[in-house]
Amino acid sequence: MHQIEPWVVLSFCSIIFFIGFTGVLIRRNILVILMSIELMLNAVNLTFVTFSKQLNHLGGQMSVFFIITVAAAESAVGLGLVIAMFRTLRSVDTDEIQILRE
Amino acid sequence: MDISPFFFYLFAGLAIACSTMVILKKNPVTSAFSLVLVFFAFAGIYALLDAHLIAALQVFVYTGAIMVLFVFVIMLLNADVPSFDLGRSHFLMRVSAGFSALVLLGIFVWAFKESSFHSIGGEFTLEKIEAAGGNTQVISELMFSEYILPFELTSILLLAAIVGAVAIAKRKLVGGRV
Repeated sequence: MHQIEPWVVLSFCSIIFFIGFTGVLIRRNILVILMSIELMLNAVNLTFVTFSKQLNHLGGQMSVFFIITVAAAESAVGLGLVIAMFRTLRSVDTDEIQILRE
Repeated sequence: MDISPFFFYLFAGLAIACSTMVILKKNPVTSAFSLVLVFFAFAGIYALLDAHLIAALQVFVYTGAIMVLFVFVIMLLNADVPSFDLGRSHFLMRVSAGFSALVLLGIFVWAFKESSFHSIGGEFTLEKIEAAGGNTQVISELMFSEYILPFELTSILLLAAIVGAVAIAKRKLVGGRV
């Protein structure tokens, strides 16, 4: 079989990124929205690793290390917010967040 | 790039199929377990791209820690209550979201295909990394020399995240609500 070109890997990253993007826009369950954000973060990580290999520079892999740390912190705080939201509204639907309007 | 096409297309197909399931399945538990498969497929692609430490970290941190947290919260909030399953948004929103995603994806793919990425002379070629003791050792040495300041800053970030998560999720014991 033929060789994998870098643009194939980068296009795969874009596909995953825009699947996550669509998920953020079309879902109303806030847990699924957080999962879609994780998908987008992963797609960007794969872009970093691809460029790291293509350009023979390890700065990309170091960036991925820091992004993984930030993603762990983000999901911990995000899920804390989901729990706080569920306690207040008894729901995880983003359309229910309209206390300011009332 | 000298990676195996068979395994790349295997992992890529698995990741695309499972990530589509993440956003389309109604049940959040199904979404969560599809996301676990996506993370494993990504770990496989990282290993194909010679990023061994990142592949291991992906499995440990994402599938080990983050997904356990997600599944734990889904169980804690009781997925069976009717307020949980509220489906998707309006038809127009779905169509416009899918359309804009496809257009942007087309632009990205076109840009990636038209631009050329030369292997300009980075210092970390595969042979040099192998000679220096492998991917993990080289990254660890970089982490504690050139990237020591961001590495220390991540510890402050994690501390802030711990304090923030506890402060937000803590149950307030004032008033009538317990």
